[in-house]
Amino acid sequence: MRLAPALTLLLLIGPVLAGLIGTIAPALGYFPAIGGTTLSLDALRALFDWPGVFAAARLSVSTGVVATLLSLLITALILAGWSGTRAFRWIERALSPLLSVPHAAAAFGIAFLIAPSGWIARAFSPWLTGWTRPPDLLILQDPWGIAMTLALITKEVPFLLLMSIAALPQAQPRRSLTIAQSLGYSRVTGWLKAVFPRIYAQIRLPVYAVLAYSMSVVDVAIILGPNTPPTLAVQIVRWMGDPDLTMRYIAGAGAMLQLCLVIATLLMWRGAESVVAKLGCHWAERGGRGKWDAILKWFALLLAVTTVAAVLLGLAGLAVWSVAGFWSFPNTLPDTLSLRTWMRHGASLWDPTFETLLIAGASTLIALALTLACLEAEFRFGFKKGRGGMWLLYLPLLIPQIAFLPGLQTLALMAGADMGRGVVIFGHVVFVLPYVMLSLSDPYESWDRRHATVAAALGARANRIFWTVRMPMLLAPVLTAAAVGFAVSVGQYLPTLLIGAGRVQTLTTEAVALASGGDRRIIGVYALAQTGVVFLSFAAAIALPRIVWLNRRALREA
Amino acid sequence: MTTGLHLQNLCVLQGGAPLVALDAHIAPGEVLTVMGPSGVGKSTLLAAITGTLPHGFTIEGRIVLNGIDVTDLRPEQRHIGILFQEELLFPHLSVGGNLAFGLPPTPRGRTARRAKVDAALKEVDLPGFAQRDPATLSGGQKARVALMRMLLSDPKALLLDEAFSRLDTALRAQVRQLVFDRAKARALPVLMVTHDAEDAKAAGGNIVEITAQG
Repeated sequence: MRLAPALTLLLLIGPVLAGLIGTIAPALGYFPAIGGTTLSLDALRALFDWPGVFAAARLSVSTGVVATLLSLLITALILAGWSGTRAFRWIERALSPLLSVPHAAAAFGIAFLIAPSGWIARAFSPWLTGWTRPPDLLILQDPWGIAMTLALITKEVPFLLLMSIAALPQAQPRRSLTIAQSLGYSRVTGWLKAVFPRIYAQIRLPVYAVLAYSMSVVDVAIILGPNTPPTLAVQIVRWMGDPDLTMRYIAGAGAMLQLCLVIATLLMWRGAESVVAKLGCHWAERGGRGKWDAILKWFALLLAVTTVAAVLLGLAGLAVWSVAGFWSFPNTLPDTLSLRTWMRHGASLWDPTFETLLIAGASTLIALALTLACLEAEFRFGFKKGRGGMWLLYLPLLIPQIAFLPGLQTLALMAGADMGRGVVIFGHVVFVLPYVMLSLSDPYESWDRRHATVAAALGARANRIFWTVRMPMLLAPVLTAAAVGFAVSVGQYLPTLLIGAGRVQTLTTEAVALASGGDRRIIGVYALAQTGVVFLSFAAAIALPRIVWLNRRALREA
Repeated sequence: MTTGLHLQNLCVLQGGAPLVALDAHIAPGEVLTVMGPSGVGKSTLLAAITGTLPHGFTIEGRIVLNGIDVTDLRPEQRHIGILFQEELLFPHLSVGGNLAFGLPPTPRGRTARRAKVDAALKEVDLPGFAQRDPATLSGGQKARVALMRMLLSDPKALLLDEAFSRLDTALRAQVRQLVFDRAKARALPVLMVTHDAEDAKAAGGNIVEITAQG
């Protein structure tokens, strides 16, 4: 158990560093497996000769920054307008399940909503728009990445909101807000001026993770992002998938560029933070009590409702398409319903579902065991994570997947290793573990350690205390953390695709692969199956403790 | 003298700086009351004696229980029971389960253990409570279960960390008497930390005032 933190660190950081080396080497011309043994800048030159490179790089920065900025803004407004109120409990309850919806499924759902032949166009046609056939508008896969940015926002707002809610108690918002209000500040302005700076300081790493993720996301970009040229990350995946292995050089160069872009943008964001902080202080010191509060407050609620509605209606759209027979425009509902799509594709759903469950189950178990071992080691031996530890934990979330996963594949290719399911599981652990750790740390540490003192005074050894006192009492948070890890694994696209060398097929890789085909009925089936798997794991995590502790009021109500 | 709880020049240090010190001998059946303002490290002193000091704290001096130096033993090997202000009944176990948790591994066998648990419950006027959820008990009932759980583990000394301060006055005197009676009947040395003069008077033993060090 003393070794658990070191082992965890190795499993988290090892693949990232190895992958980065494996990415940079071919970018600089070193790839012995196909004869590249001398260092050269040819790959970088080839990358900059590719006509799409600047558009792709610009798109990566703009979608990433805009998605992060808007998500943060919406989160701050919702908190400023409503945190601490009864309505906020409802907002929280409505938004948290969105976190479990896989990115790909959410993106497909939103595509079905906003497409020219989607639900929104149908709802307003023909009575308002006059359209009797889908308009010839480039809404999906627009060259500016707007559709993709919107989809990212619907997923990032719940994430940032939950991270902020976790940070709230430490900031003691109620007292600060009371003081601000007694000084005559209205709610939103008072909250933004008095509480938000402390919250931001605590959610800084999650915000960076959102920025890095949004800049380099692949599955959402394949579904909703522009095609010619695609985003840089998508183009790298195309190069990686090219049967011509010499394309690995330019893929490596692209991945290196992506990494540099993310690092540069993170640094710029960090710089902008201090500028905004300075402006914010001036704003606070000017003493304005807030004129637009009422409007801002209701606008925040509208944004929250829109976010929830976009994802939920999207999922409903997936469901309706999966059972749609003939569905003519502009009818709001299908002309005929049929189970044909489910019947025809139900059988072929089994293999990827099984694969998904296996990989998610195994990677979650490994991550959970390591997390518990680390937390218990902290408890028993007084190890401290500290700030450095938090950064290391976030490292796999800050380094874009597309920057180091190609390298892992390249290294395996060099080593001649067979990239099967087993390696994919360990690839998933890299991303599952941080979330499991983040989810479980707080409840684990806030457990009243005097229970351990009492148990020890009764003669129980440390291991007995762990298994018979601490685990049962923490059953609910442990299962929640497991469900979070499970959801993260189910949603992984790139690790499965790249580490599995395209041979490991999960519901997510299958669903994303269907994007180019555009058959909405099959997409509906796969995206629903993907969401359903995650949803069931959360349902189990919520229901099990209630059933097990049916006769234990203190735990049932916890 | 070899019986009782000996705290020989016990001193708890935080980061090398002395925090709280106590040199005392508590004979079997006696109560030593430790008083002092809050934040002076009374609970830390008890954690040193149970062996559950948080990291960053060290101790000097020895803790000797019935002639055995327990200073370097693990908490579970010391046989020193403790009662806190909260009862800290394990919420996932039934009342009987909590008591059985305290019982040593012998006697083996379900019936033998259940008999011990039932006897303990009867001793504190809670017969038939074994299957109950601890969360459904009243404050006084919880306090009695916590006491019996501790006594069933067969401790050789008893520590009380503000153990009665959550109970209202009437209940408080009653529970306090129960605890002191049981401790005396089993000839346990008792170390009580409190800020309440009534507790100290009821204990009837010596009183030590501790103040901040350095």
